[in-house]
Amino acid sequence: MSSNSFAYNEQSGGGEAAELGQEATSTISPSGAFGLFSSDWKKNEDLKQMLESNKDSAKLDAMKRIVGMIAKGKNASELFPAVVKNVASKNIEIKKLVYVYLVRYAEEQQDLALLSISTFQRALKDPNQLIRASALRVLSSIRVPIIVPIMMLAIKEASADLSPYVRKNAAHAIQKLYSLDPEQKEMLIEVIEKLLKDKSTLVAGSVVMAFEEVCPDRIDLIHRNYRKLCNLLVDVEEWGQVVIIHMLTRYARTQFVSPWREDDGLEDNEKNFYESDDEEKEKSDKKRPYTMDPDHRLLIRNTKPLLQSRNAAVVMAVAQLYWHISPKSEAGVISKSLVRLLRSNREVQYIVLQNIATMSIQRKGMFEPYLKSFYVRSTDPTMIKTLKLEILTNLANEANISTLLREFQTYVKSQDKQFAAATIQTIGRCATSITEVTDTCLNGLVCLLSNRDEIVVAESVVVIKKLLQMQPAQHGEIIKHMAKLLDSITVPVARASILWLIGENCERVPKIAPDVLRKMAKTFTSEDDLVKLQILNLGAKLYLTNSKQTKLLTQYILNLGKYDQNYDIRDRTRFIRQLIVPNEKSGALSKYAKKIFLAQKPAPLLESPFKDRDHFQLGTLSHTLNIKASGYLELSNWPEVAPDPSVRNVEVIESAKEWTPVGKSKKEKPAKKFYSESEEEEAEEEESSDSSSDSEGESGSESGDTGSSSEDSSEDSSSGQESETGSEAEAEGKRAGKRNSRLKRKSDSEDGEKKNEKSKTSESSSAESSSMEESSSGSESASESDNEPVPRKVAQAKERKPQQERHPPPKDVFLLDLDDFNPVSTPVALPTPALSPSLIADLEGLNLSTSSSVINVSTPVFVPTKTHELLHRMSGKGLAAWYCFPRQPCIFGDKMVSVQITLKNTSDRKIENIHIGEKKLPVGMQMHVFHPIDSLEPEGSVTVSVGIDFCDSTQTACFQLCTKDDCFNVNIQPPVGELLLPVAMSEKDFKKERGMLTGMNETSATVIAAPQNFTPSMILQKVVNVANLGAVPSGQDNVHRFAAKTVHSGSLMLVTVELKEGSTAQLIINTEKTLIGSVLLRELKPVLSQG
Amino acid sequence: MIHSLFLINCSGDIFLEKHWKSVVSQSVCDYFFEAQEKAADVENVPPVISTPHHYLISIYRDKLFFVSVIQTEVPPLFVIEFLHRVADTFQDYFGECSEAAIKDNVVIVYELLEEMLDNGFPLATESNILKELIKPPTILRSVVNSITGSSNVGDTLPTGQLSNIPWRRAGVKYTNNEAYFDVVEEIDAIIDKSGSTVFAEIQGVIDACIKLSGMPDLSLSFMNPRLLDDVSFHPCIRFKRWESERVLSFIPPDGNFRLISYRVSSQNLVAIPVYVKHSISFKENSSCGRFDITIGPKQNMGKTIEGITVTVHMPKVVLNMNLTPTQGSYTFDPVTKVLAWDVGKITPQKLPSLKGLVNLQSGAPKPEENPSLNIQFKIQQLAISGLKVNRLDMYGEKYKPFKGVKYVTKAGKFQVRT
Repeated sequence: MSSNSFAYNEQSGGGEAAELGQEATSTISPSGAFGLFSSDWKKNEDLKQMLESNKDSAKLDAMKRIVGMIAKGKNASELFPAVVKNVASKNIEIKKLVYVYLVRYAEEQQDLALLSISTFQRALKDPNQLIRASALRVLSSIRVPIIVPIMMLAIKEASADLSPYVRKNAAHAIQKLYSLDPEQKEMLIEVIEKLLKDKSTLVAGSVVMAFEEVCPDRIDLIHRNYRKLCNLLVDVEEWGQVVIIHMLTRYARTQFVSPWREDDGLEDNEKNFYESDDEEKEKSDKKRPYTMDPDHRLLIRNTKPLLQSRNAAVVMAVAQLYWHISPKSEAGVISKSLVRLLRSNREVQYIVLQNIATMSIQRKGMFEPYLKSFYVRSTDPTMIKTLKLEILTNLANEANISTLLREFQTYVKSQDKQFAAATIQTIGRCATSITEVTDTCLNGLVCLLSNRDEIVVAESVVVIKKLLQMQPAQHGEIIKHMAKLLDSITVPVARASILWLIGENCERVPKIAPDVLRKMAKTFTSEDDLVKLQILNLGAKLYLTNSKQTKLLTQYILNLGKYDQNYDIRDRTRFIRQLIVPNEKSGALSKYAKKIFLAQKPAPLLESPFKDRDHFQLGTLSHTLNIKASGYLELSNWPEVAPDPSVRNVEVIESAKEWTPVGKSKKEKPAKKFYSESEEEEAEEEESSDSSSDSEGESGSESGDTGSSSEDSSEDSSSGQESETGSEAEAEGKRAGKRNSRLKRKSDSEDGEKKNEKSKTSESSSAESSSMEESSSGSESASESDNEPVPRKVAQAKERKPQQERHPPPKDVFLLDLDDFNPVSTPVALPTPALSPSLIADLEGLNLSTSSSVINVSTPVFVPTKTHELLHRMSGKGLAAWYCFPRQPCIFGDKMVSVQITLKNTSDRKIENIHIGEKKLPVGMQMHVFHPIDSLEPEGSVTVSVGIDFCDSTQTACFQLCTKDDCFNVNIQPPVGELLLPVAMSEKDFKKERGMLTGMNETSATVIAAPQNFTPSMILQKVVNVANLGAVPSGQDNVHRFAAKTVHSGSLMLVTVELKEGSTAQLIINTEKTLIGSVLLRELKPVLSQG
Repeated sequence: MIHSLFLINCSGDIFLEKHWKSVVSQSVCDYFFEAQEKAADVENVPPVISTPHHYLISIYRDKLFFVSVIQTEVPPLFVIEFLHRVADTFQDYFGECSEAAIKDNVVIVYELLEEMLDNGFPLATESNILKELIKPPTILRSVVNSITGSSNVGDTLPTGQLSNIPWRRAGVKYTNNEAYFDVVEEIDAIIDKSGSTVFAEIQGVIDACIKLSGMPDLSLSFMNPRLLDDVSFHPCIRFKRWESERVLSFIPPDGNFRLISYRVSSQNLVAIPVYVKHSISFKENSSCGRFDITIGPKQNMGKTIEGITVTVHMPKVVLNMNLTPTQGSYTFDPVTKVLAWDVGKITPQKLPSLKGLVNLQSGAPKPEENPSLNIQFKIQQLAISGLKVNRLDMYGEKYKPFKGVKYVTKAGKFQVRT
């Protein structure tokens, strides 16, 4: 042992020489060529030569061998100079292997490692995100303290990178830098803070990991990202999910009040019996009604789908979250999933069973339905068997005990004796906990005393001893039986137990006890220490009760004990002699000797070995080991009073500002209002609408002050509690109010001009801007909390109201399309039964959420004059109709495409009452009709406009055009290009957005046409003729970019035309609406290729 | 999180090590060896071991130990699950996860480990992504590589990691577009001495092999989805669709993967397809015993039961067995005391049986428990739970894929107590 730890402390010990020697004779190197070289020195020489050759294949071969050496744990550090030269190699595989080498040895060869740094610094600026990411990865993995400033700089830069993948790597690098130089903590926390705000699912897991490693106590950083994390959770990769869930569990325990109540279920009575948690009692004192914080509910609801994960770690993480923070009545859902994990590998089983064991002590009911899943199979490893047994014991009750005992009978006979012994203990525990079966168990155990296997008998004896001790009734028979066993049994524990039992009951078996002592005196010297001690005890007890028969025997034994080799026994002998044998020196104590030896002893409590584990968070390493592991973060008790919940509110503007220059946020705001499609966006908005005073404003020390003061006030005054107790009712109100508030916001965005001006001024003072936010987010925010300058806010709200009333018509229209839009959204902050983000919804939503910040609808570049026939004059009995797309934002609703219909009377009489009759629209489609036209004179024509929500599809809208006497079936099929609204964006934004819409969101085609067709003006003309796209200014001559968003959902549609040599061009479309994307591609392709 | 990884073979040689942070000496494994010695059986080595400075979390797979070194608190399942994922990846790449395969491909192994963890935190674990980064070895490629000097590392950088579909690689193309689903159900059961069922449940999985071009969006529906009691999903499945419509809707990864695994609860009666008649007895004070088992079909839904094997761990006192099978062949290993009887198919006309004498160690007390029988079997074209795939629809792509569903029922942990 000691030599082990010694060698182990030495990082690279002297074992090398021996290893190298070994290597010389072995031929384990990846390629067989090695056997030729007899000495190690030569081999390395050879490798050096290969590395210096100018053939890549030789270098690669050398690097492969070197990696082989590293993998075996052999020292290859002397090759460092030769290897590091190749860091800039063009060959990607050589480069990778050099990286592997560098990361392994840079620490040992710091000076030489610096040679490679410039390569990485260059790569950090590479246009390819993967190269940037890998450069950052290697740079941060080289543990060379000198480059800490460079790393810091690189991390800072990467954390603002446009690619989420690079930002993910930045989050990883934070931990590496922190372990290299903890001094950088403050700076790193800043980066973490920034990255926590990131909305990409890629980044979330990694940054939370960094948070846990660097500053787990800075819970304040989480507040404003809490809801976002909850909402993103389902889509984060599985490893990230585990980390985030564990962190959020801790968070919830500090921020919410306990949902555990007295009347939560029958179980709790039991719980009180078992557990004396302080908070449990405190809770029962105050009986105020409890309502769960919506954020608390959000977490519980959003983690539930993850119970279905294929990853055992995720399931366990959710299970522990439910265990620690959900109301007791809801924790039941986890048992099914945990039981499912039992089918997994032995290691997974082991951990899961351990956790179930802890849970089942406190709440039997949870796992009772799955009792049979814990039945033991003979093929299970012993450690699994004992854990299952433990759980079975915990689950035993009056109802199932007979089944269980039958099952235990099988186990007792198991060939695995260790397991059989454990079963006997289990039976003992069942016997004590369930009084109905105590006698049955005892009888069963006594039968086992005649078992052939010694371990089984010994264990039975020990258990019977405990049982008898608890029931000092008449069990003389059993004791006699056991006394007989002394002749045959050799296991010391069992012998000791029997002796103790006889001693305790020596008055009940007056004949046997002295005889036993006699026998034992004979064998005293050859007994185990444990047994010797009990012989001494027995002697003493008999001396006190039956000194006539045993006086001499006891003295003989005491003499033997006096000269025993073991000092414990000598001590005990001396002690007993003084106590029981009366002599002049013995003090007052000897009078009480009988009381001392034959006192009523408290019965031992047979307890589960998992009893004391519940103070560790489930699913942790500490719980498994039952020791506090280093870095274990204590789960705090629930707070008495919840801290101010408003700290979790997030302002919209805040997030929009994140990655864009300040100047832009101004125009982003109105744009944002257009897009409320993605769920995440919605959450954001709703948060802002619920938002009370967002105390920690976006900037300025002043807002920080208000933040702290508002927190204080919420604690002092009862405003915080108020919102809690009354929150149920309020929640209802909020839900109802939500729609209104949304409407208000919409109308706000309508008169966006005005607001823009206001927000412009608001930027000068942040306090003002936050109150502006509020007023725009509707009046109910005022009701929620009133820590901020209330009067002013109310005044502003009032100011606004008349304004809204002045615009009733648009409000009506919005009501219409919001109706079908609302159910899709999940009100994030409110408890509703609906499950929040599904995978698909989020898949669609995610991109948008990161992209929407820079979109601004622009005017169409070009309005085609092409008209389509709606109704021919012949079939229309004189009424002719055409339609065209004016490419204007529709005035009837922002999801509609405006269509102009020109009606003409070609007959010779008046046509009266022209209107739209029955509509046969596909599901989801909506249409806003024109006002009926009373009459149309012959040869007269009139143009009306309608709005149709095509739901971003090219499906046909069928409806009837009716006159006074006739109805004509007509239909409008939109060209895909008309389902778009042009968008103005910069080239940079375009590239960023496009970077996020790769993979399945990208479709492309190659176009071949004559060069004259590829002049910029031609392309522009052709493209905008087909589709309502906005041109994006391009820095390159051969790349043309166009951008638009779909009318219904507002998804971006990015079109790129890249001219290649010859007469080809690459046409690429990036959009989430892949369907429209591909249709558009199909339409654009022929247009571009024809002359 | 994960500091280092050591791969150890059965004889206790550390044949591969990889460090993600600073190097940890091999000697840390001594604590592991100590625990291994104490456990006697490899199955009983505790997965989590605490040492003075580190914690060791290990898994045992295919006769190899994967021992990871941990320094701070981490959910143990996180590490265990990850190590299994590593082993799965090796299996996927090399066809087997053995010492020889790993040693032969040590460079690929190293590259894989490098990609899978960054600073001890998992980075890319999806096989689709990894295969884009590092090409799996094939015989053809290794020949080509050795001639041209090109490599296994992908030339193109993967896009999957950056897209919304992190589990599917982009630009998949097949000439034959196929989608196969294997519904595999395993019966876990404990049958007691008298032949009545103590415990039985069905554990099922649907393994998919999808070779479809482009970005297909599939939805798979069942005739009787309510059967599925508890389901776990591949991340590609849209949970909400399942919740609301009980339809599996997903954009699949490319290649082989496990779509779902499910459990059919023990509340539903589970049909047990075989019965065993057994009479095993050891005579008191004599050195022999009798052994007689017969297997017959029961509730087999008209399908043949095949691939039957019976494995029995005989008590330690058994020296040898002298048996005659009416069908198939048997082996008895006197060292491990394992009796294995390879039965094959059951023909109802003539039930297979295995009879004979057991030689016991003379003088030793007779074993008090009869050994339990572990039975393996297979029934083709039947999902014992009655689960049926209704239809598979594909959206998002134009071509018509070839679709196939296969059902098979197997014995899982099927144990008969005697």
